[in-house]
Amino acid sequence: MSGLTVTGAVVRYGELVAVDEVDLAVAPGEIVALLGASGSGKSSLLRGIAGLEPLVAGEIRWNDENLANTAVHKRGFGMMFQDGQLFNHLTVEGNVAYGLYREPKSVRRVRVAELLEVVGLAGYGKRRVTELSGGQGQRVALARSLAPRPRLLLLDEPLSALDRNLREHLVGVLGDALRATGTTAIYVTHDQDEAFALADRVGVMAAGRMLQLDPPDVLWRHPRTQEVAAFLGYAPFIAGGLSQRLGGPAVEAGELVGIGPAGLLPDPAGSMLAIIEQRYLRGEVLVDLRLPDGQLATARMPEKVSHHDLAVTLDPAGCVRVPVA
Amino acid sequence: MLAVLIPIGFLSIFFAWPVAGLVGRGFVVDGAFSLDGVRDVLSASRTWRIIGQTLGQAVVGTAVAVLLGIPGAYLLYRCRFPGRGLLRAIVSVPFVLPTVVVGVAFRSLFTAQGPLGWLGLDESFAAIVVALVFFNYSVIVRTVGALWSRLDPRAAEAATSLGASPLRVFLTVTLPAIAPAVLSGASLVFLFCASAFGIVMVMGGVRFGTIETEIWYQTTQLLDLPAAAALSIVQLVVVVTALLIAGRARARAEHALRLRGDDTAERPWQARRDWAPTAITAALIVLLLGVPMVNLVLRSFATADGWGWRNYELLSTDGAGSLAVPVWTAAVNSLVIASQASLIAVLLGVLVSLVASRRPRRPSLAAGVRLLDGVFMLPLGVSAVTVGFGFLITLNRPPFDLRTSPILIPIAQAIVALPLVVRTLLPVLRAIDPRQREAAAMLGSGPGRVLATIDAALALRGLGLAVGFAFATSLGEFGATSFLSRPDHPTLPVVIFRLIGRPGTDNFGMALAASVILAVLTAAVMAAAELVRPKEAEL
Repeated sequence: MSGLTVTGAVVRYGELVAVDEVDLAVAPGEIVALLGASGSGKSSLLRGIAGLEPLVAGEIRWNDENLANTAVHKRGFGMMFQDGQLFNHLTVEGNVAYGLYREPKSVRRVRVAELLEVVGLAGYGKRRVTELSGGQGQRVALARSLAPRPRLLLLDEPLSALDRNLREHLVGVLGDALRATGTTAIYVTHDQDEAFALADRVGVMAAGRMLQLDPPDVLWRHPRTQEVAAFLGYAPFIAGGLSQRLGGPAVEAGELVGIGPAGLLPDPAGSMLAIIEQRYLRGEVLVDLRLPDGQLATARMPEKVSHHDLAVTLDPAGCVRVPVA
Repeated sequence: MLAVLIPIGFLSIFFAWPVAGLVGRGFVVDGAFSLDGVRDVLSASRTWRIIGQTLGQAVVGTAVAVLLGIPGAYLLYRCRFPGRGLLRAIVSVPFVLPTVVVGVAFRSLFTAQGPLGWLGLDESFAAIVVALVFFNYSVIVRTVGALWSRLDPRAAEAATSLGASPLRVFLTVTLPAIAPAVLSGASLVFLFCASAFGIVMVMGGVRFGTIETEIWYQTTQLLDLPAAAALSIVQLVVVVTALLIAGRARARAEHALRLRGDDTAERPWQARRDWAPTAITAALIVLLLGVPMVNLVLRSFATADGWGWRNYELLSTDGAGSLAVPVWTAAVNSLVIASQASLIAVLLGVLVSLVASRRPRRPSLAAGVRLLDGVFMLPLGVSAVTVGFGFLITLNRPPFDLRTSPILIPIAQAIVALPLVVRTLLPVLRAIDPRQREAAAMLGSGPGRVLATIDAALALRGLGLAVGFAFATSLGEFGATSFLSRPDHPTLPVVIFRLIGRPGTDNFGMALAASVILAVLTAAVMAAAELVRPKEAEL
C-alpha cells in the first residue's frame, strides 16, 4: 500500500474517546477532507497521524513503514495550524525557511522566494510576522509548511479563524498551491463548502467515528446514513408515502426521503402548503412550509411570496433515500 | 533530566540541609532530642514582644502599602498620559534599592540633625513602617496594575449603565475583580515586611527588634545558637502560615477573569474623573519616594565646613580605624561577589524555569513539575537571615567545609536571588503556546532544536531582566551576607551597616556616601537590564 494507511486508530484523553477505531487511506497526491462538527474527533485524528497525540490502539503506516516509533519531527509530515502558530520572533522569511535548516543557504533563499510567490506574498520576506493581517499570516503559515516538501501535509482548520470573504478567496489559493506542488494532504474543517471545493474525497466524522468517506459527488448524492445526510444539509426526513404524494421518490421499507436544499420546487399543479416564515439569505428568499406530517421544509424563491400558502412539488433529483436511523 | 538534578542537588546542599540543620539545632540540646530550647525561647516575654513587633510592623506596613498602592496602580496602569513610562520607572526604583540604603536614607531623614528630626521619629515604629512602605509600594502598584491594565472595562461600564455611582462600581465590580492581584501583592509585601532585616537593623536600634534581627543578635552578639535556632523555627512558622493563608484567600478570590490580551482597557487621563488618585499618587511620589532619596544625596555632600566631596574622599580610607579595608575595596568585593552570585542564580534559574514551564501529560510528572515550582519559591519565604545562619552552622565541617571559602557568600546570595530569577523567566516561558513547539517539530526540528530556536529564543527576552534582578539582589543582599562575610573581606552593605553603627559625623557621612554609591550601582544595573529588554508589547 503506498501513501498513508491508518488502521483502527484510537485516541483518548483520559476517559474521553476522541477517535474511535478509524480507518483511513490517502494515496500519494490525493487531498482528503475530514468534515465534522467540533468535538467529532477530526482534529484529534489529525494530531494522532502527526504523532502529536499518542495512539492508544491502531497503526499508522507510510508506504510500508510503521510510524509507531517514529518521532514527530522524523515523520516528514507537515502541519498547518488553525491560528498559524507563526514564530513571532522571526521574519516572514525566517518562518518559511525554518524547516529548511538542513539545506544550504542558496537553496533556502530560492525555495523561500518560490513559496512566497506561490502564496501570493512575493517581496514580503523581510517583514515581521506581527505586521501581517490574518489572511497574510495564514498564507505565510501555508508557505512555511510547504517549504520542506512534506510527504503529507496536515491542515487543521487553517481558514476557520478568518472571515467569510477571505475564506472563500483563500480556499482557492490553498487548492491551487496544493495542486501546483502535488502535495498529499488531509484537510480538517467544519465547513462543507471548503471541503467540497478542495478535496478529492471527503470524510464525515461524528463522535470519533468515520461515518462515510467518498468523493464529493458520491457523498452528496448517496449519503449512507440519515446522520450523514443531515450533516450535509438534508432536512427534513419524510416517509415514502408522503414523498410520493408530493411528487417525490418512492422508497423501500426501512427508508426515509431526505429533502435537499433545492428539493422543493414551486409548481402551480403541486400541493398547497402553509407558509410559516420567510427570510432572506444571500439574495434568495427561504420560505419555511408546514408539511402534512407537521415537519417544516424550506423552499427557495427568488422573492418574497405575498400569499399565506405556496404550491410546491418534490424534485426527486434534489432528494436522497437513506435508511431510517 | 540533568536540568532537574543539578538545581535539586544544589538546593538540597545549600538550602535544605542548612535549614534542616538549623531546625535540628533548635530541638537538640546536649546531643538529645529536647523541646527545652524552644520552650525556653517561647516562654521568654522578650520573644513574644519581638513576635508582636514583627507581626504588627508587617500588618501595618502591608495595609498602608495596599491602601496607597491601589490608587497608584490605577493611575500608572489604567490611565494613559505623557510621561507615564518615566513615572513607572521612578516608582519601581525603591524596590531594587538595597535595604541598607533605604534604612540609611530614612535614618538620615529622621535623625535628630535631619530635616525631619523635629518629628522625634528616630528609631521609632512609625519610621520603620514608613521605610517599609517606601520599599514595598511598587510591589502593590506593579502586581495590581498589571492585572488592572488588562481588565475588561465592559463589566464596569455595564454597572454604570445600571445606575451605579463610580464608588459603587469600584467597590462592587472593580475591587472584586482585582482582588486576586491585591491579595497576592499583599501577601508578598507581608512576607517582605515580616522578614525585613536591613531596614530594621539600620533604623530600629536596640529598641525595635524583629525576629530576624533577634536571630542575628542572639547569634553574633550573645552566641546563643539554640535560641537563634528556635527563633528561626518561629520565623519559619510565621512565614509558612502567612503563605498558606494568602494562598487560600487567593484561591477563593480567583474566579474566571475577563482579561484583554492587549492594553485596550487603558483610557486617557481625565482631570475631572481621575483627580483623587492623581493627587494621592503625586503627593506620595514627591513626599515618600522623592524626599528621602534627594535628602540622602544632598546630605552625602554635607560636611562640617559646608558642601563638598569630603565624605566621598573618606571612602578610600579605613574611616579612622572603623573599618578593616577602605570602602572602595568593599565596593569591588561587592561587584565580584554579585557577578558570581548572578551567574549561579541565572544558570540555576534557567534550568528550573525550563523544567517548571513544561506541562507533561502524565499526572505524576505534572505533579512533580508543580512541586519543583513550589520548592524553588521556598527561599523567598525562608528569610535570608535563616539561610545565612544555616550556612554558618552546617557548612563549617565535612563533607562541606566551606566556612572559609570565598564562594560561600555568592552561593548564599544566589539562593536568595533564585526565586526572583525564576519568577522573571517562568512567565515568559509559560506564555509560549505549546503548539509553537509542535509547529517546530512538524517542520522537522528535534527536541534540541526546538529548545534552541523556540524556548531559548523567547527566554532570552526575559534573561536581561533576570540577570539585572539577580545582580541587584546580590549587590544589596545583607541578611545572609552579614553572617558570612569576614571582617577583612566585607561587601558594601556590610560596610555601610558598620559605619552607621559607629559614632562620629565622619562615619555617618561615609555611610551616606557609600549608600549613594551602592544605590547608583544598583540603579545602573537595573537600567542596563531594562535597556536590553525588548518592549513589553512584543512579549
